Amino acid sequence: MLLPKIITKVQDKFPSVTLDTTQFAGEDIIHIQGSYNLDVLKLFRDNGFNFLADITAIDNLTLGGFERFAVVYHLLSHETAERVTIKAYVPEDQPELPSAESLWKTADWQEREIYDLFGISFKGHPNLIRIMNPDDFQGHPLRKDYPRLGRKERDDFPVVKRGINKEAAQ
Amino acid sequence: MVQGADQPMDTERMVLNFGPQHPSTHGTLRIIMELEGETVIKGTPEIGYLHSGFEKLGEYLDYNQYITITDRMNYLSPLCNNVAYALTAEKLMGLEVSKRTEYIRVLMCELSRIADHILNVGMLAVDLGALTAFLYGFQLREDIYDLFEIATGTRLTTSYTLVGGLMRDIPDKFDEAVIKVLDNVDVVARDIETLLNKNRIWQDRTKDIGIISKEDAISYGLSGPMARASGIDWDIRVQEPYSRYEEFDFDVAIALNGDVFDRYLVRMEEMRQSVKICRQALDKMPAGDVMVDPDLGFSLPPKDEVYNSIEGLIYHFEITMRNRGMTPPIGEAYVATESPNGELGFYIVSDGGRVPYRVRTRPPSLMNYSIFPKLIEGHMLSDAPAIIGSTNVIAGELDR
Repeated sequence: MLLPKIITKVQDKFPSVTLDTTQFAGEDIIHIQGSYNLDVLKLFRDNGFNFLADITAIDNLTLGGFERFAVVYHLLSHETAERVTIKAYVPEDQPELPSAESLWKTADWQEREIYDLFGISFKGHPNLIRIMNPDDFQGHPLRKDYPRLGRKERDDFPVVKRGINKEAAQ
Repeated sequence: MVQGADQPMDTERMVLNFGPQHPSTHGTLRIIMELEGETVIKGTPEIGYLHSGFEKLGEYLDYNQYITITDRMNYLSPLCNNVAYALTAEKLMGLEVSKRTEYIRVLMCELSRIADHILNVGMLAVDLGALTAFLYGFQLREDIYDLFEIATGTRLTTSYTLVGGLMRDIPDKFDEAVIKVLDNVDVVARDIETLLNKNRIWQDRTKDIGIISKEDAISYGLSGPMARASGIDWDIRVQEPYSRYEEFDFDVAIALNGDVFDRYLVRMEEMRQSVKICRQALDKMPAGDVMVDPDLGFSLPPKDEVYNSIEGLIYHFEITMRNRGMTPPIGEAYVATESPNGELGFYIVSDGGRVPYRVRTRPPSLMNYSIFPKLIEGHMLSDAPAIIGSTNVIAGELDR
């Protein structure tokens, strides 16, 4: 069992960074400050959690939390088959945190996806452009204040007008 | 010596659009290739052509409604997606499903794995010009889809699981039909291997193409057959068993070279192991219900009760009405399952309402495809179909 040791190590080493540690349905969740995510992730990586399974984000607009956005890292240890969730909180007015691309290459595309759908930017990312939506897309669809229904983008599409020459057709 | 003969020939770099309408891109993948002669200097994939906002939609559909969306993600093995999502929702709600449910889920998942792998191998072969292997495989896939039709009612949009169980039990004599197909798997696998394994052209086009090292596989987050072909002994069914996989006896297929040929070999062996698991599941199939206790408030009552008794009708509405229904506790759950492509995970965050607050899919295709620019570098253009085929990218899951 690697996890309890590492969690106490994180708490000892970064007491002000670790906001909380919780458990739900047998999963350990560590809540940290967003700007220090690389320190914590590196500590986990060097202590056996070698695989970054998933990165995603949550918009805590109505859920509540330490900050508006949480970037969620799911780590896995191939040695002991343990999993841990790390939530890095990012404020609304400056949604930015360091990129994990230097630790795991898989972060590249997934951080682009978060940038595209949530509008959270990653410092040090080599190619931070939209991945799912077109480059000229406005807004970030997975934010809670982005409506599910609406006509905004559709109305923004350029309309191709083809003049039909009725007389010539006859 | 001719003047300048020791200098490399001055060639212009050509930029080529590969897809999104190319037959070997399997759906809507686009790659911008920079070529020097026929050698690819750089390949930049552009994804998102099939982005459908499934995760946004999940925030507006209740837990059972979203199962229909999970079908559409990986359209080659929808049952695996159904099961993965149901497992996550059950973990969130703290439900324990019956043993029979878990066995049927294992059976269905393994049948989908066979169908997925056989199509993947067939498509890889057809992209490289070997049509016969594809046709052999496709016949078998149709037989498996017939089984799905018998059990779930549809071939592709199965929506077979519910939170807390299954939509319906498997019909009588289903096991006989399954065994008939399983007997055929070995025959088809042998046919395909006879055609391909020692085929000179096949070996030339797949061996030492797109080699992934062990370190790269971990760094890029690869899982499933892609990782196992690079020598990583990691199968979620063994290491973190879910749905009673620990009760089945099977081996994990591993290869060491990490090239296209090894990925093909791993998939072929995994099909044989899946046959083994299916047979065990049929042999040991326990009796019982396929839905959790109705008193817990998760399952719809049987239809004859709904139509013939007032209690059944009231209960039916209690479950389906907008302001009632199942409400999980506030919390979050991540469950990883071994889908044919790799680690398929669902991450559900609940705020205690009847719809999830956030549903995230961990798509194996996205991670498996993200290594593509590294793999194609320095290869010939004609190797691109081989590498894409061996990653088994499913656009629906890639873009969601």
